[in-house]
Amino acid sequence: MASEEMEQLVRRDYKEGFVTDIESDTLPPGLDEDTIAFISKKKGEPEWMLEWRLKAYRAWLKMTPPSWAHLDYPPIDYQAISYFSAPKRPEDRPQSLDEVDPKLLETYEKLGIPLHERAALAGVAVDAVFDSVSVATTFKEKLAEAGVIFCSISEAVKEYPELVKQYLGSVVPQTDNYFAALNSAVFTDGSFVFVPKGVTCPMELSTYFRINAENTGQFERTLIVCEEGAQVSYLEGCTAPMRDENQLHAAVVELVALDDAYIKYSTVQNWYPGDEDGKGGIYNFVTKRGDCRGDRSRISWTQVETGSAITWKYPSCVLRGRESKGEFYSVAVTNGRQQADTGTKMIHIGEGTRSTIVSKGISAGRSNQSYRGLVKIGPRAKGARNFTQCDSLLIGDKCGAHTFPYQEIGNSTATVEHEATTSKIGEDQLFYCQSRGISEEDAVSMIVNGFCKDVFQELPMEFAVEAEALLSVTLEGSVG
Amino acid sequence: MSDETQRFLDRLAEHRAARLESQGQEPTWIAARRQAGAARFEAMGFPTRRDEAWKYTDVRAIARGDFALAADADFSPASAAALTLPIDAFRLTFVDGVFSAALSQLDGLPAGVSLVPLSAALAENHEAVGGPLGRLTGVEFSPFSALNTAFMEEGAVLRLAPGTVVEKPIILQFLSRAGEAPVMSHPRILVEAGGRSQATLIEHHVGEEGAANFTNLVEEVILERNALLTHYKLQEAPLADLHVASIHVEQARDSRYTSFNLNLGGALVRTDLISDLNGENATCDFYGLFYGQDRQHVDSHTLANHNAPHTFSNENYKGILDDRAHGVFNGKVVVKRDSQKIEGFQSNANLLLSDRAEIDAKPELEIYADDVKCSHGTTTGQLDEEAIYTLRSRGIDRQTARGLLTLAFAGEVLEEVDVDAVAERVELAVAGKLPERFNLAGLVEAAVALGDE
Repeated sequence: MASEEMEQLVRRDYKEGFVTDIESDTLPPGLDEDTIAFISKKKGEPEWMLEWRLKAYRAWLKMTPPSWAHLDYPPIDYQAISYFSAPKRPEDRPQSLDEVDPKLLETYEKLGIPLHERAALAGVAVDAVFDSVSVATTFKEKLAEAGVIFCSISEAVKEYPELVKQYLGSVVPQTDNYFAALNSAVFTDGSFVFVPKGVTCPMELSTYFRINAENTGQFERTLIVCEEGAQVSYLEGCTAPMRDENQLHAAVVELVALDDAYIKYSTVQNWYPGDEDGKGGIYNFVTKRGDCRGDRSRISWTQVETGSAITWKYPSCVLRGRESKGEFYSVAVTNGRQQADTGTKMIHIGEGTRSTIVSKGISAGRSNQSYRGLVKIGPRAKGARNFTQCDSLLIGDKCGAHTFPYQEIGNSTATVEHEATTSKIGEDQLFYCQSRGISEEDAVSMIVNGFCKDVFQELPMEFAVEAEALLSVTLEGSVG
Repeated sequence: MSDETQRFLDRLAEHRAARLESQGQEPTWIAARRQAGAARFEAMGFPTRRDEAWKYTDVRAIARGDFALAADADFSPASAAALTLPIDAFRLTFVDGVFSAALSQLDGLPAGVSLVPLSAALAENHEAVGGPLGRLTGVEFSPFSALNTAFMEEGAVLRLAPGTVVEKPIILQFLSRAGEAPVMSHPRILVEAGGRSQATLIEHHVGEEGAANFTNLVEEVILERNALLTHYKLQEAPLADLHVASIHVEQARDSRYTSFNLNLGGALVRTDLISDLNGENATCDFYGLFYGQDRQHVDSHTLANHNAPHTFSNENYKGILDDRAHGVFNGKVVVKRDSQKIEGFQSNANLLLSDRAEIDAKPELEIYADDVKCSHGTTTGQLDEEAIYTLRSRGIDRQTARGLLTLAFAGEVLEEVDVDAVAERVELAVAGKLPERFNLAGLVEAAVALGDE
């Protein structure tokens, strides 16, 4: 391909880069027990929640950041980060879209997410997160009718303390890992979803995250619980404004599926990846884990990762219930100097558990990408089944694609298959398309989309459209 | 420093003091390397499961052991003969690491081939060995390579002059004795294959039942342009033996290295096999078969470093695990920046015959060039039910069918073996190891009878 086009791609400006000027109620940088007490107080949390946070904080102090990932970044100064930032007027939060700060709505407009329109047209309830506090929650009534609870985690702590107490930290304990402990100590917001027994959530639930105030880390905490036979599909998508300072994001997502429940969690992640020298992008350290606690339960993770300077993310499934099922579908695209170390863990504990992993990685520019996965079959997981397919596509000779799959198999009746390939876009495929009059660029787009098809078809409709568009933009002009 | 590390260092000090008395000072470069090895070992200590490379292998059985060094190479010729591979070959034999001239066979060694024990090579011209020795496997590689360097004094040096084609295989035989107290040995093998040379090297580890010795092997293999080497490592050490081996190969352009890593014996076995493909069109083929029973632990780590464009690696490892055996497979392909047009294929398949057996597999790819074709596949599962059904429809009972298919599973590696004696020996060993319920005893006897005719 023409190297100019490649250059163009690498220099591509971040489309979603802008800063909304909203006065923030921001805490000065620094982290100690007082910071945590401040956050807890600000959120109006009960005493047990503060204790829970402090326990995590004290554990975190004794932990060291993980160094095993194939990532290279300078040490993070956790004292230089501000741990609380909320849009103004927290006491006086708008009750409907009309009351929402017009500047906020403008932000969503620029992002191409007309909140009200989208919510109305697509039948999606949007719990919009601007910085760390949910400022607009729609369709709440309709959900309430079905008995579904969908609110911010802070609200849940106040309104449904028993549920939160029962499930929070039951999938990702406070001391699970360095970033999960940090999140447990300082998380400021996130979503809480509770679908009661036998209810199929009447609409897809969605949260748009947006990091805004400068120098603030975003510590989201999401908890989704599906009781027996309940079903929900949850969409998470995010963009962030352009800036120079590295921003730390350490989210925790916990899913709990009881007997026959089904949780589908989809993510499109398009945070600022940094400029062409890799300066300024988001550091994304996420702990996502689903617990298939009940028999025949099913949890499905689908992700499209195109943003962030650093991605450290392993959405996992603990398959505890008999015949429970875990799925992981992922497309990760890295360009410029992005680094991604991502994959999944499938822990088979129960009998007849099944898991599927499909991971597609595309590396371009000077980026490095790793798939890191674990499939563990416990001694009691009779007849467990796993299929893993992870393919990498390389575009350009300065990037890297790596695969580190771990398999730990302790049951003779289990069947575990892993396949991985690494290659570049086939010259014959390109030639074939071009000989039919398709431009080189369109041909690449077609081939790449075909490469990712297995994952895209798992995405909910609106997301699939967005993802394909995102992919085309990301790889514009990058013919192999 | 732990007591365990100290115990090995104490052994080293005692041994060196005794050697100094009997043999006098050794050349300064050897003393210096020895010291570097000891220092490195002292600094690192034995690896633990916190070290990524040893995540699935616990070496406490070695660390906690107290091993002396064998003083002689006495071995009854009759029992040695029974253990020796029935192949017309040149042979160097070591008993617990000590060279045995009586059990070796070097008659008719062609011109251009030099096959000598390391001690003799050092005595003859130690400077010629000093260059290549330790160049590929330094003391940094692992605590075991450091320990080996600290103790090194015996082993084998094989040199092939350019253009030499050795028709007969070359056997390096390592015998392990069942003595009163366990011993350790730290053999060192150096192979320098000159340009266009060709040879087959068979490394055979075997011993007396009841032996529980520790072998810590380091091998360095240098292949010049267009050299071809087939390397069999037939490890059927006694079932209580502890075996650690690091094999490091360096390949110049157009060379081809074929490895068969056949692991049947040993209580704790760890092999590291590394090939550096440094010249265009260099090719390495890694074949492996491991069979674990009881509480055997077999760990195979392989690494193909594609350091030059147009290089090829191909790997096929098969594992069968029964009882409470634990298998580990870690295969890695690394493609350096600008090593374009390379192909790297890796395949690993495992069969678990028991619910208490475990396999940990980790096939890795680390790729920094774009015009490559790399793939790996790993499967762990059971025998194909349809294949069992086909055999049953021919009147073969279920268990025998399972036995035959298990043999066939191993056969996919063995059919690549060119030395019949090795292939037969392994096949019989596998058949003999299969659980009794597989009803293969009769078939095995028939096969033996056929072999004898």
